[in-house]
Amino acid sequence: MSTPTAATLPSPVAKNPFAPGAFELRKARALTRRKWMTLGFCLLLIIPLFAILIDIFVKALPALSLDYLWENPTDKGKTGGLWAPLIGTFYLVIGSLLVVTPIGILAAIYLNEYAKDGWLTRTIGITVTSLAGVPSIVHALFGLGAFVLGLLPVVNGFLMSTGLVDKKWEAGLLTASLTVAVMNLPVIITSTREALGAVPMAFREACWNLGATRFQTIRTVVLPNSLSGILTGIILVVSRAAGETAPILFTGATFIKFIADSGIEKIFPYTPGEPFMAMSMHLNIISNQISQMPEAMKYGCAAVLIALILAINSVSIALRVWLRSRKRW
Amino acid sequence: MSDTVDAGGPVTKHPAAMPPPPVKRRKFRFFDAIEKPTEWLIRLCGWSSIIGIVAIFFFIFKEAMPIVPRLDWKEFFTSSRWIPAPGAGNPAHFGALALIVGTFATTAIALLIAVPLGLGAAVYISEFSSGKMKETLKVVIELLAAIPSIVWGFIGLMVLGPVLQKFTGATQPTNLLTGGIILALMSVPIIVSLGEDALRAVPDSYREASLALGANPWETVRRVLFPAARNGLLAACLLGMGRAIGETMAVLLATGHSNRIPEAFTDPIRTMTATIAAEMGEAAQHSDHYCMLFVLGIVLLLITCATNVAADLIIKGVRKKGKA
Repeated sequence: MSTPTAATLPSPVAKNPFAPGAFELRKARALTRRKWMTLGFCLLLIIPLFAILIDIFVKALPALSLDYLWENPTDKGKTGGLWAPLIGTFYLVIGSLLVVTPIGILAAIYLNEYAKDGWLTRTIGITVTSLAGVPSIVHALFGLGAFVLGLLPVVNGFLMSTGLVDKKWEAGLLTASLTVAVMNLPVIITSTREALGAVPMAFREACWNLGATRFQTIRTVVLPNSLSGILTGIILVVSRAAGETAPILFTGATFIKFIADSGIEKIFPYTPGEPFMAMSMHLNIISNQISQMPEAMKYGCAAVLIALILAINSVSIALRVWLRSRKRW
Repeated sequence: MSDTVDAGGPVTKHPAAMPPPPVKRRKFRFFDAIEKPTEWLIRLCGWSSIIGIVAIFFFIFKEAMPIVPRLDWKEFFTSSRWIPAPGAGNPAHFGALALIVGTFATTAIALLIAVPLGLGAAVYISEFSSGKMKETLKVVIELLAAIPSIVWGFIGLMVLGPVLQKFTGATQPTNLLTGGIILALMSVPIIVSLGEDALRAVPDSYREASLALGANPWETVRRVLFPAARNGLLAACLLGMGRAIGETMAVLLATGHSNRIPEAFTDPIRTMTATIAAEMGEAAQHSDHYCMLFVLGIVLLLITCATNVAADLIIKGVRKKGKA
C-alpha cells in the first residue's frame, strides 16, 4: 500500500509542481476506501442472500421434479407434490387481479388525468400512502371483519334466494382474493399513476387540439402510450399476491384441501366459496408446524415459491428495460 | 333516364361542382356512448383508496369495540401477563407490554443494521457507480424487495438462525437477533431505493458547486448531499421502519415466540403482529380474546399510519421547498 509518493521523494517536486501533497493523497485514499466501503455494503446485502438462496435450491434438489409440481400433496405435505397449493395461488392471483386491476387503474386515471390539485387530491394521495403502509396482518383482520363476517352472509343470502347453490359459501377464494386486492390497491395506483405521468403533456395537448374530449384522449393517446408501464405494475401485483401469507391466514386459505388427482377437476378444483391451499400458506405450515417433515419437502416448497416470485419479477424488469429501450420521447 | 346523374359512375366532374355529400346520421360509436358513465366510474374509483382506509378503520374498530369500554388500559400497557384464554374460573389477563417491547426491540435492531447499510448502499448506487453496475445493483435490490415475507421467515428459521446460534451460543435458533437481522434485510431494499431517489433528486448544480470548491466526492456526499436530501433520507428510514413494525410472517417464524421482555439479544421474543397471526385461529369469534387481537391491530394500525403519513409529509415538504 505504501508506495513512495511524489511528496516523500526528495527530488521530483521540482519536476512536477502539481504533484499532490500528503494531505491530498490522504484524502484521495480515504475517498477510495469509502467507495469500497459503500460497495461493500451493497455486496454485504447481496452476496450472503445469494448464498442462502443457492443453499435452499441445493437442499431442495432431491425433491424437485416435474411430478413434484404436478402431484397433490399427501400425508400433510410429507409426501407428494405441490399441485394443490400452486393452483390455489394461481386462482388467488387471478381473483385479486380481477378486482384490483380495474379499480386501481381507473383510480390512477382519475388522479393523474381528472383531479385538480386541491385538498381532495392531496387527501387521496395521503390515503394511498397510508393504505400502502397498513401492516399485512391488519389487512387480514380487516378481511376477516369485512369480507368473512360482513360480506359473506350477504352473498350467501343472495345465492340462497336464487337457489343456484345448495351449499353455503365459506371463507375461501372470494374473501381471500378481496383481501389481497385491497392490500394491492395502493401498489397498482402508484405504479399506474407513474406510468400515466410519464406520457408527455404535449401528447395530450396535441390530441385536445384535434377536438378530442378528455376521455377520447385518455383512450386513444394516454393509455396506449403507457400500456407497458401499467403492465409492469400489474406484474408486480401478481408477484405480491402470490407471495402474501398474512392476509390469507384467516380469510380462506387452509392447509389441507383435497382436490381431484386427475380430470378437469384438477384444473378447476373448487368454487369461490371453498377454502383453498396456497403456496405461501403451505410453506408457513410445513416449515414449522408439522413434526417430522422431511427437510427436502420444506426446502422444495420454499425453492418453488422463490423461483415463482423471482421469475414473475424478472418478467416485469425485462419488460421495463425493453420499454425504455424503445421509448420514442 | 338519360338526365339522371349516375352517382356510382366514375367521377368526371370537377370536385367543386359535385353535390355536397348527404348529411348522414351520426354513427353509433361504442366508446362515445360509454364516455359519460365511464367518467363517473373513474371519479368513483378515484375515491377507492379513501373508501379502503375508512373501511379498514371502521371494521377493525367495530370488531374491537365490545371489549374497549371494559379494557384495563393500564394493564394493557404496563403488564406483560398475556393470558388470553385461562382455564375455567380464572380471569383473563391482557397485558401487552412484552409484545409491544418485542415489536420495538426487533424494529430497533433492524433499523440499527438497515439504516447504515441501506444509506451506504444508496450512496454507492447513486454517487459512486455508473452504467451497467448501477443498473445491475438496482435490479438486484428490487428483486430483494420482491422476496415474500414467508420466505424471509423460512430463511431465518432454517438457515440464518442455526448459523447465528453457533456464533452466539443462544438457547434456540429463533430469537430477537435472528428476527432483527431478518427484518433488517427486509427493510433495506426500501431504504436503498427511496434513499437513492432522494439523493438523485438533489440537483447536479449542488454537486458541481461542491466539486468546484475542491471537495472530493465523499466530502460532497457528506457535507452537501446528505443535508440537501435530509428529508428524503429520513422518509426512507421511516418507511423502512413502518415495514419492520408491520411485518408478520417473518417475525412469526424467526423470533421464537416467547411472551416475555427480552434481556439479551439472544432471548426469544414475540411481537404484536405474530401474536395476532398465531392466536386468531384459536380465538372463538367475538370472545374477549378475539376482540383483544383486534385491539392489537388498532395499535399497529395507528403506529404504522402515523409513520407513513409523517414520511409522506416530510417528502411533500421537500417538494414544496424545491419548487419555491
